[in-house]
Amino acid sequence: MTGLDDIRAPGAVTRGGLVLPHYPIPKDVHPSLDSPEYRSTALRHPTQPLQLMPQRLTEVTGPLLGEERVGELDHDLTRQHDGEPQGQRIIVHGRVLEEDGRPVPNTLVEVWQANAAGRYRHTGDNWPAPLDPNFTGVGRCMTDADGHYRFVTVKPGIYPWRNHDNAWRPSHIHFSLFGRAFTQRLITQMYFPDDPLFFQDPMWNSVRDENARQRMLCHYDHSATEAEWALGFRFDIVLRGPQASVFEEEDDDDE
Amino acid sequence: MSDQNAAVGAGGRLGVTPSQTVGPFLHIGLPWPDGPYVVPEGTAGAVWITGTVYDGAGQPVPDAVVETWQADPDGRFDHPDDPRGAAKPSIPGFRGFARCDTDADGRYRVLTVKPGPLPCPDGGTEAPHLDVTVLARGLLDRVVTRIYFPDEDAANAADPVMSAVPPDRRGTLVAEPDGDGGLRFDIRLQGDGETIFFEV
Repeated sequence: MTGLDDIRAPGAVTRGGLVLPHYPIPKDVHPSLDSPEYRSTALRHPTQPLQLMPQRLTEVTGPLLGEERVGELDHDLTRQHDGEPQGQRIIVHGRVLEEDGRPVPNTLVEVWQANAAGRYRHTGDNWPAPLDPNFTGVGRCMTDADGHYRFVTVKPGIYPWRNHDNAWRPSHIHFSLFGRAFTQRLITQMYFPDDPLFFQDPMWNSVRDENARQRMLCHYDHSATEAEWALGFRFDIVLRGPQASVFEEEDDDDE
Repeated sequence: MSDQNAAVGAGGRLGVTPSQTVGPFLHIGLPWPDGPYVVPEGTAGAVWITGTVYDGAGQPVPDAVVETWQADPDGRFDHPDDPRGAAKPSIPGFRGFARCDTDADGRYRVLTVKPGPLPCPDGGTEAPHLDVTVLARGLLDRVVTRIYFPDEDAANAADPVMSAVPPDRRGTLVAEPDGDGGLRFDIRLQGDGETIFFEV
């Protein structure tokens, strides 16, 4: 549990004597569940208003796990088979942070992606691009004490889908993050700079705020590029963080 | 190239990374062989919670992931942010967390034990519950609900989260005996009997 035993800034002091961190809900960040341009949302978004749930013990805690399920080569998607996969070899690295810039150490990062031809190793993916016998497209690693993670993989290809006429998904890698509290759970997709397909992608565009959208982009990172080996890309991931101090608790000011 | 690409937002805080859907190919990335097991098979008092995720047309959702998080039977968490102190669970192998992707019929399953009740900061008590995350193709952000237990009528009635929910919809949060020693908890994303989902 190295690095996890620090004391969080308390968010609320209350009559019961339980002092819990509080994670404010981010505004104008996450997509609306009802985003008609992405057709699969039509029958899957709740139509009743969400109920506000106060954050109590179950919400401010969360699973602190992963170390035991990360294999030696799980971070290197190019070395999980007998041969090397086709495609442009890349290094994707960055830090998992909270809003105040504090790193999230020892947290599990899971990724999955299409191969260089844009095909997933999945029974449901039948478009006529080749599978690669040397690529599964699944990785996991733990962040270090500074919240840093690193994967070696190949750049995922672009692939078509049937959401709209002539629809193509920009290159992307799926990321899954736990943080340290139930409130922090995040699933996202990392995109590559200068992809020509953003204009027609309803997932990218479901994030309405331009600044927020940009936070789903990795950046070319020459300092992470390894000469005569692989291109480096940096992708920092920011999870919602706890409120800074008890004195900012608005509810305490009024009554 | 800057060392850090996380943009600084209002108040000097970093901007949160937006959520995106797990997409249709979540089955390659998320499932764990031991995912459904909050407790190991054979644990005394363990119960299977099973259910189906349905869409707004009443069709099963075969590309979803259901995750659960809960206290141990003593109502404790092995977590440093629990102000009562991190407590090692009394049950060997208790993980508190489960993850199960839905099958072709939209079904998931979780093997667990009933958590203990929890003290609230305001002095009340929360009834035994599991927090639930549902991820799926077509969900651009997770949805969150809770599973309560059917043999806890009094505790459920006093539970502050349950009490804040419209009475005619509270039933969507309570698992039902499945007639086979287990519990059933279906999740309806939309439409008739829509499950209560929380903003947390």
